[in-house]
Amino acid sequence: MDVGLSTEQRQLVESFTALFAGASPPSRVREAEPLGFDAGLWDAVRSAGAVPMAAGEDAGGWGAEPLDLALVAEIHGRFLAPVPIVEAQVAVRLLARIGTPSAAAALAAALAGERTVTMAVHPVRDGVARLVPAGAVADDALVLDGDRLLLVPAGGPPVENIGSMPLADLPLGPDAETLAAGPEAAAAHEAAQDEFLLLAAAAQVGIAARALEIGVGYVRERRAWNVPIGSFQAVAHALADSAAAVDGARLLVHEAAWAATEDPGRFAELAAMAFGFATETARDATYRSLHFHGGYGFTDEYDVQLYYRRARAWAGVCLEPRAAYRRAADRRYGPAQMEKQWTFA
Amino acid sequence: MDFRLGERGEALRTEVRAFLEEHLTDELAERCHRTGVAHDAGFVRAMHEAGLLALGWPEEWGGRPCDPFDLCVVEEELSRADAPTYGVSTTHMVARAILRCGSDAQRKEIIPKAVRGETVIVLGFTEPECGSDLAAAQTRAVRDGDHWVVNGSKMFTTNAHIGDHVFLLARTDPAAAKHEGLTVFLVPLDQPGIEVQAVRTISGERTNITYYRDARVHDEWRIGEAGAGWRVLGEALQEEHSTGFGASMLRMLEAAEGWARTATCERGRPRLADPGVRERLGRCAAEAEVSLLLQRRAAVMARQGAVPAAEGPMSKLFSSEALTRAAEDLFAMLGPDALRSHLSPTAPEGGRVEHALRFSLGTTIYGGTSEIQRGIIARRGLGLPR
Repeated sequence: MDVGLSTEQRQLVESFTALFAGASPPSRVREAEPLGFDAGLWDAVRSAGAVPMAAGEDAGGWGAEPLDLALVAEIHGRFLAPVPIVEAQVAVRLLARIGTPSAAAALAAALAGERTVTMAVHPVRDGVARLVPAGAVADDALVLDGDRLLLVPAGGPPVENIGSMPLADLPLGPDAETLAAGPEAAAAHEAAQDEFLLLAAAAQVGIAARALEIGVGYVRERRAWNVPIGSFQAVAHALADSAAAVDGARLLVHEAAWAATEDPGRFAELAAMAFGFATETARDATYRSLHFHGGYGFTDEYDVQLYYRRARAWAGVCLEPRAAYRRAADRRYGPAQMEKQWTFA
Repeated sequence: MDFRLGERGEALRTEVRAFLEEHLTDELAERCHRTGVAHDAGFVRAMHEAGLLALGWPEEWGGRPCDPFDLCVVEEELSRADAPTYGVSTTHMVARAILRCGSDAQRKEIIPKAVRGETVIVLGFTEPECGSDLAAAQTRAVRDGDHWVVNGSKMFTTNAHIGDHVFLLARTDPAAAKHEGLTVFLVPLDQPGIEVQAVRTISGERTNITYYRDARVHDEWRIGEAGAGWRVLGEALQEEHSTGFGASMLRMLEAAEGWARTATCERGRPRLADPGVRERLGRCAAEAEVSLLLQRRAAVMARQGAVPAAEGPMSKLFSSEALTRAAEDLFAMLGPDALRSHLSPTAPEGGRVEHALRFSLGTTIYGGTSEIQRGIIARRGLGLPR
């Protein structure tokens, strides 16, 4: 086993870190609230190739591996960059997988930077795609309705939410275009869900890692009873638990990303595990970091609250951790098909 | 980045599995369970004959080259099968410390025997009043001509009743600072000055307390300089901090999965169809995966010549705590039948989940408690002040 990054991957990490460090400081993250979108930053991120990198070379993209995308998603989480990078990347990969003429047209527009395409994660209910990530700022959303994959106009009114994410409920109107239908369309959407979970898990790792750093920095400086509060075991030990969990979550995300191409039979299971575990890790790390700020952590002024809120928002956008573990089990053991048979026995 | 084991790793895994299939019989497993002794001379001899004991030792000592990562794979297979190798582990830990810190004569005497599985060395570190604070050792060793005379007691000297030597941490200079006045000796156990008393544990493992009353050890069995005991101990413990229990989690998970596939609810439906059961198994599988990854990461660092100062403790901490949580959860999941004891005929999956619950408790304690590990991670990993 080799857990090191290649030279190209290290360069990728450095260039996106430099981009977000310069263009997505906490002040800009705050200015983008409550919508959670910065159009100027999105232009810069697209200019850096964040969308075309995600599609295969045969589809007109740059052919980045899932691990490359996960590395970028972690940095995105670390800087809370108010741009729909995960959404747009997964959407172009889904369009490329569909491959119908109408999907190819939508893909070309997305790769050229003319349209921002996102995808709905939750199932459609009562003719509405709910809480579509980036649904308030994208041009189009990919929505699975039954076994039809639709291209739905996005840009609906934003739903204010705890994570200041640009979510929207999108009704499926007559202007929804069917890109593909049948089992292949549903399977392609399912594979995109797995990729979404993988990249959202990577973002959670970035959120958890940065929240932990902020907490560690604070407890080393902050003094009470004449000593840094980080010298108290009640503080240090909880942060040590998070440090182990963050490293473990990152390893699991990287293993899942590796499996996407090298051990595809395990990818879906590992992606769901990674999301469940990374989300619990981010939940705990942001809670602890906020709590160890004392009353200041509870104020808007300190950055840790930005991380606390987004860690929870990603869970709502995708899956709460227990549901993620059920999904992992479904992929590991196969669906509980006997359910119906036994219910009606 | 590559998460594969590699050809060598896969070949070793296959080799170890085939060995265990042949030599780890139900009868042996049952005997180890009944006696609580995770050591069996016949099994160790077979390991030697199969070339498994020599793994990772330098060729000049009769060893078989194996990098730390591949060795980690072997450890995974052995603990997944619950093979009785604890005596080998302690013996090899001490032999490696002697390889680094011992004299030529000590190496010549001990290492070949350790590599061939012909001796059992037990650990005499902690004491009734020490717990994880090993440097607080009070057992005294006083120079008497060519010998040292030892008085005191050592706790958790597992296998002392069948061992040849105890690797003993003793205070030789009570006037020196806490960490300076310690010396390590390899003390022969077969002598009138040593009494071994059994201590039974909740997991069924038998350990011991050993008493030393004017026990004697020749100065040629002092390991390292007098007063350098803390450093020698550090060499030995380096390894213990890189342990992990991911394979133990897999063993328990397999048992729980076996139960979920065969047990049924009142209406005859397999328990595996229950979403609650799936969630619990999914969580355990995820945390087992993380445990394995953290341990393998520490091994990869060791292979690259880095010291996993915080990463080893992360592996030990996370995996032991995860094992304990998962054992509680899966024990509850099995319902009343979980009560049926390990190896009793009516127990689900041979009572492995019940056994895992008992076994898990020690893992967060021995080799440095979780609190010790968190302290190391906080200081060395996060840079927090003491």
